[in-house]
Parts: sequence; structure tokens; C-alpha cells
Amino acid sequence: MRKKLTPYLFLAGPLTLYSIWVIYPIFRTFLVSFTRWDGMTKSRFVGWENFVRLFNDRYFILSLLNNLKWMIGFVILSIPLGLLFAMLMDQKYPGHKVYKSLVYLPMALSFVVIGQIWSWVLEPSGGVVNAFLRWIGLEGLAKPWLSDPKIVTYSLIWAALWRQIPYAMVLFLAGLQSVDKEHVEAAIVDGANAFQRFWYVILPELRPAIVITITVNIIDSLRAFDIVFVMTRGGPYYSSSVMANYMYIQAFHNYRMGYGASIAVIQFLITLGFILIYVLNVLKREERL
Amino acid sequence: MKKTFRATLFYVLCTLIVVLWMVPFVVAFFTAFKTMDEIFMLRNFWSPPKTWTFENFKIAWIEGRMARYFINTAIVTAVSVAGTLLLSSLSAYALAWYEFKLRTTILMIFVSGMLIPFQMLLIPVYRFSVVTGLYDTLIGVILFHVAFQLGFCTFFLRNFMVTIPSSLFDAARIDGAGAFRIYSKIIMPLVKPAVAALSILEFTWIWNDYLWSLILLQSDAKKTVTIGLTTLQGQWISSWNVIAAGALLAATVPVIVFLIFQRYFIQGLTLGSIKG
Repeated sequence: MRKKLTPYLFLAGPLTLYSIWVIYPIFRTFLVSFTRWDGMTKSRFVGWENFVRLFNDRYFILSLLNNLKWMIGFVILSIPLGLLFAMLMDQKYPGHKVYKSLVYLPMALSFVVIGQIWSWVLEPSGGVVNAFLRWIGLEGLAKPWLSDPKIVTYSLIWAALWRQIPYAMVLFLAGLQSVDKEHVEAAIVDGANAFQRFWYVILPELRPAIVITITVNIIDSLRAFDIVFVMTRGGPYYSSSVMANYMYIQAFHNYRMGYGASIAVIQFLITLGFILIYVLNVLKREERL
Repeated sequence: MKKTFRATLFYVLCTLIVVLWMVPFVVAFFTAFKTMDEIFMLRNFWSPPKTWTFENFKIAWIEGRMARYFINTAIVTAVSVAGTLLLSSLSAYALAWYEFKLRTTILMIFVSGMLIPFQMLLIPVYRFSVVTGLYDTLIGVILFHVAFQLGFCTFFLRNFMVTIPSSLFDAARIDGAGAFRIYSKIIMPLVKPAVAALSILEFTWIWNDYLWSLILLQSDAKKTVTIGLTTLQGQWISSWNVIAAGALLAATVPVIVFLIFQRYFIQGLTLGSIKG
């Protein structure tokens, strides 16, 4: 009897806190999403109304599509570039550690700082990007990166990748450590060229690392908030809005808590699929242990 | 011949990447040391300052009240990291060493919780803080961080604990040591490296948090560094140099911590995701 209780005694404190601040809020948000509520007066049950409105709300649709852009941008850029950087810097020439440290540095920064720094980098008249484009004679490519509704989301993704690519790189570097060196050497003996070695030996062994890195990147892309909020607040005219930012504005600026909660629920449900992929991957490893 | 070519390629490509990656830092650095006159005259963010000035840092630190925000962030971060590490070591211990019915379920709840979008928690956590009087207090933010980070920390520490040979645990048990004694005297000393890695990661994340301070804090005296930075941005709208100085100040602590403890930071990131 005592033995059976022991684990629960250890779990009591942590689980209590976790229930109050994480588990309960998840259920509560589901409930709130079915109400109309300004956060002060009494809330009123409205059934599916918020969700119906949501899919007729062009700014929400816009935010959803922008999240999709974030997702695609993260996957098609931070995965190959992260892998490339990792393969490159995994070669242990003197100085490789210094190179790594410097590339990793953005990971130590707050998104607020990243957002502010990138506002100066992308500033239309004095920013370094446009100055460089003018200097090499590509005047026409110099753009108002953060105020043109057509490109603003891509500019934000670009800023986010400054931190995301090194993150993918770290995960791939760890994956590369588990690639069997003997297999690579055997391939060299068999006369495989660098590309063949990469494609037929290294890449298949990196599969678990690639799956995890893609999943983590997708989850991150669906969570994007700080950079958007700091750099553009979702503007101009919601053109760079993402779900997280739209939810915040609806719930905490417009005091539409019910509506905000329904945005959070959609965001959560989309993310859930990827969370499950991640958790299942973890479970698989559990069995191997 | 081939070897020198490969080495050259390595250095050329790496240098190119690093230079590209450092541009934003250099931009911020130059801007922070420029005088207001120069900002307005030249209106560019990439040339080195003609006259270097420390004035912007002073303004951000004193008039911009960054000093106050630093203290708040330091308190929040230190207490949160300590709290979450302590509590998660307890739950990790239970989940690593005991067989019980809900074990896998509880573990999975912790793992999935760490990945959910924050928006799913915002409204109830905000309401809860208002109702309980935790709103606009540092302790309110701390409690949230401690609770939320339990997910990742439990997962992380548990994964490390299961690599400890169970013979150690069994032997102590046969010697009649109680569960808490085994936890504090045998297991905890062995997981020190994992705790070190974890504390660096958590330190960086909590220090850099923006959203939860935004939601749970209101008065100027309670603001954390990240919120303070956006306040600075509001007050000194066109004084890019002051904002840049503030941003550099805010970045100093996590960057220094990162550079010193980089090994732990990277270990933490990889242990937490890949090795699962």
C-alpha cells in the first residue's frame, strides 16, 4: 500500500501546479469559446456562433493563411539550411567551435530584441538590406519590407529564421553524431562520391532527426507571436497577422474573450496533430529504452 | 591538394555564413553608439558612428528605467528556475523509478503540455490571476512560469534519470533507505549535469519571456526587461539609438550566460528533443 502511494506523493506538488496553470486552462478555454464574454459582465452561452463567425471573418482567414506561410517558410528554409550548416560545421577544422557559437547567438536573444534589431535591418531608407541592394545596383529590389502588405509576412519570417535556422542546425548536429561513421567509411571504400554518401548513407540515418526537426519547426510556426507583435502588431491592416496575434488582439484589446478563445481553440486543434506526431515519436523511443 | 581545397571551402563558407549572421548585431551595435544628430543627419543604420557615445546607454538605463526592469526580470527568472527545477525533479523521480498505473498518461500530459500554443492558456490564466489577486505581482508571473515549465523539465529530467542503472536504486532500497532519501542522496547528485543543462535553458527562456509579462503585469514598477523594451520603444519613438542601447542592455545577460555555458545550452536543447 505504502509503495503504491509513494509516486503520487512525489507528484502531488508538481501536478497540482500543472493542473491549475496548464490543464484546467485548456478545458476552460474550450468552454469560453462557446460563449460571448467581455471579461467583466456575465458570459452568455452562444453555441457554435463564434466558430461560424470565425470562418466568415476575413482577417481570421488571412491570419490562418499567414500561419501557413510561416509553416512553409520554416520547413522549406530552416530544414535544408539547418542541415547544410550542420554538415558544414560538423567538419572539425580548427575554429569550428567559434563559428558555431556565433551562429547560435540569436538563440540567446528575446524575440523582442530580435524584432527590434530586424526593424532597423529592414528599415526602408536607412536599413542595411536596402542600402546593400542599392549599392550592388539592384535599386528595384529595395522595398518597404515592413509596410508593404504583400511582403510584410515574408519579412517577418525572414527575421524569425535568423533564430530558427541555428535551432534546426543544433538538432541536426545532434542527429549527425548518431550517424554510424563505419557506414560512411564503407561507402567511401565502395567508391561512393560525396553526394551519394550523403543521399544513400547519411540522409536515411538522419531520418529520426529530420522528422523531429520538421515537427518542432511546424509547431513553432503555428505558435509565432512575439516577432509579429513587436515588429508590426499584425499590420498594416492585418496583412501580417497570425492566429496567435489575432487572438491576443480580439481577447485583450477588443475584450471579446469568447471570440478570442475560439481562435485559440482552432490554433490548438491544428497544432494538436503535430504535437501527437512528436509525442508518438517520443513513445516509440520509450519502448526501445 | 584535395584536402586543402576542402579546408578552404570550409573556411570560406563558414566565414560567409557568420558574417551574414552577424550583420544584425553590428547594425544594433552601431546604432546604439550613435548620437541623435548623426541618426537624423544620415538616417542610416549601417555605417559606424563618427562620434561614439555612451549617452544612449545611460538614458536607457536611468530615464528609460531599464535598471528597475532588470531587477524585476532577475527576481522572476531566479525564483522561477529554482522552483521549476525543484518541483520537476520530484515528478521526474516518480515517473522514472516507479511503476504505477497512470505513469505513461502523466508523462504524456507533461510532454504535450510543453508544446501547446500559449493562446490556449491566456484567458483562463489571466482571469485566475485577477480573481486570486496574483495579477500585477511578480509572484503571479513566477507561479505561471514554474507551473508551465514543469512539462519540459519533468520530461527532460526523467529521460536523464532512466539512464541511471537501476541497480543503484535497488541497492539503496534493500539497505532500507526511504524514497525521499534515495531521491535526495542518490539520484539528485547523479543528475547534476542534467540540472545544469536545464537551468541554462530555462534561464534563457524565462529571462526572454515577453507574452506572460505582457498578460500578467501592468504597473511600471513591476515590468520585466522585455516589456520595458517595448515601453522604451513607445516613449523614445524616433530615438533609435536609445532603443538600440536598451535592446543591447537587455541582450547582455542572456548572451553572456549563453557564451559561458554554451555547452549546457546545446546539450539541453538536443537532449530535450532528439534523444527524447
